[in-house]
Amino acid sequence: MSRILKKINWMTLLIPVVSVILGLLCGAVIMLIIGYNPVLAYQSIVESIFLQPYYGGETIRAMIPLMLAGIAVAFAFRTGLFNIGVEGQLLVGWFASVACAICFDHLPKVILLPMSITAGGAAGALWGFIPGLLKARFKVHEVISTIMMNYIALYTTAYLIKNFLYTEGERTPTIPAAASLASTFLADLTQGSRLHWGFVVAIIAVFAMWFGLWKTTKGYELRAVGFSPDASKYAGMNVSRNIMLSLTFSGIFAGLGGAMEGLGTYQYMTINSAFTGIGFNGIAVALLGLNTPLGVVLSGALFAGLQTGGMTMQSEAGVPVELIQIIIALIIFFVGSGYVIKWAFGRLSRKGHK
Amino acid sequence: MSFFEILTIIIPSTLLTAAPLIFTSLGGVFSERSGVVNIGLEGLMAVGAFTAAIATLGLEHAGLGDASPWLAIVIAAVAGGVFSLIHAVVSISFRADQTVSGVALNFLAAGLTIFLVKMIYDGKGQTPYITHNIDKINIPGLSKIPIIGPIFFQQVTYTSYLAILISLLVWFIIFKTPFGLRLRSVGEHPAAADTLGISVSKMRYIGVALSGVFGGIGGAVYLVTITSNYNVSTIAGQGFLALAALVFGKWHPIGAMGASMFFGFAQALSITGQQIPFLDRLPSVVMLTAPYVLTLIVLTGFVGRAEAPKADGIPYIKGQR
Repeated sequence: MSRILKKINWMTLLIPVVSVILGLLCGAVIMLIIGYNPVLAYQSIVESIFLQPYYGGETIRAMIPLMLAGIAVAFAFRTGLFNIGVEGQLLVGWFASVACAICFDHLPKVILLPMSITAGGAAGALWGFIPGLLKARFKVHEVISTIMMNYIALYTTAYLIKNFLYTEGERTPTIPAAASLASTFLADLTQGSRLHWGFVVAIIAVFAMWFGLWKTTKGYELRAVGFSPDASKYAGMNVSRNIMLSLTFSGIFAGLGGAMEGLGTYQYMTINSAFTGIGFNGIAVALLGLNTPLGVVLSGALFAGLQTGGMTMQSEAGVPVELIQIIIALIIFFVGSGYVIKWAFGRLSRKGHK
Repeated sequence: MSFFEILTIIIPSTLLTAAPLIFTSLGGVFSERSGVVNIGLEGLMAVGAFTAAIATLGLEHAGLGDASPWLAIVIAAVAGGVFSLIHAVVSISFRADQTVSGVALNFLAAGLTIFLVKMIYDGKGQTPYITHNIDKINIPGLSKIPIIGPIFFQQVTYTSYLAILISLLVWFIIFKTPFGLRLRSVGEHPAAADTLGISVSKMRYIGVALSGVFGGIGGAVYLVTITSNYNVSTIAGQGFLALAALVFGKWHPIGAMGASMFFGFAQALSITGQQIPFLDRLPSVVMLTAPYVLTLIVLTGFVGRAEAPKADGIPYIKGQR
């Protein structure tokens, strides 16, 4: 145990912890300035998600796509790629899984459910592969291309739903029970929350990221390319192929995140006029989680808790739920400014020694 | 419908939708030319649009009438400039990843503006509609010119022409003045610029602040000419479209203006396409996605190479090679 503790680099752990504390403190200051009671607000968040089964269930439910989106971003980061396209990959994954479930509604659950989940992953993979190809073949920066792919996904899925899978309420029909991840058992357990079996998929994905990146040769290559493309190339690795592979895998995770929303949370897909925000939150999750599998789980839990608890915060303390978004934004700023936090702590600890 | 009539619908509509994009993408030019990637244009537009809504409502109330939206644009420019300083501090002084900082800026803007709207309007998620917007008018004199008048100068807003003039001004500033040369030098080779005594941080701060000013104007123009109120979906992708225009225009002010115009044209077609023969059979999704697909194609280099400034996105650390 002590060996493991020694292995952890406390300085790297410090940045996310300090960032979260600073983010929450800033949120409290904003509330104080405007005249809310920050203690009551944070208390309502903590009480709802830990003491009320419904909100507890909803928190885990919200964690599922957040974790998958976080893994998608983190996986690409490990290869030195910034995948802002998780949002779009998630949307096409969502659409493909729902479309697959509706089109093949006569199939039994053992076939249809895995097939629909796979369809979501495959669609995400395609949406990740394209920027990967553009980067590897034409040196198109993935930040720009994935942003473009996001909008193409947004408009294309909306168009496809409107023209091919439309039903009343600006959405697709509900998916057949044979493709659903929803569970009355889990819902009853959490007093009617929308918690579904998708958390199993999310856990498998977390494990897959850890195993894939740290326990396989290919994963070693992907990380090597992330550390230094030139050195990897010199060592005989195919950098282009690894870039494509990384973004494709990243897309699979994101697409699965979308499938979880389609097959689990909502059981259908609405015509989105704007993004879901899950993909962008995934960036926050990955950054705060230091692009590690365990970190993604922890920061996913934090953000899911904040977002779910934000609802009670609004109803009980009267604080608009947007405050949570502000806090998340501030946390990203603080994590991003890790250099300054390290520097400040270096100064403080040096003074302490004197 | 004659071809002429089609033009009198499409061109004014293009000019209207292009104006906010032109302003915002010009902002992007300043920032990225100085070497700071600005994904936060979307957020800057949101701050601009929000400020413009609140300011116009306030000025209207104070009895300033038709001058209110114009003054609101100026106030929004200042607000955008101030807000962008967050991005500047975090990405220039704190050396954060510029893309990360930009993403956070968008988050913050979206959350903060709606939070404030709810504060100001007792929990309502949107502002009231402004009554004095910048209306579409027939420009006196010019609109009387046969053929050209009805196409270019009827049912247009002054902001569109202002945007075009300013893009020329920005081109002049960036390529013909010492300031522009310095701005470009810190974006291409900061170490060399530093050696020559140019403060890299200062130039980059100015670049980012200008992107905030222009992004704020872009958002404000969008509000006072098109939407007239601010809510969560007012700025939904306009900033990213401007970012695409910046790239499509190859980081050049005139290019960005042209690209914005073209994207405005695509948007105009997707809205007014139903009235026009032939186009009514084309699915609107083609027009909606066209700007993004085309930007991807341009980036692949089939239509001439699009290259970002050399040091774009790289924090400058003194003494590091």
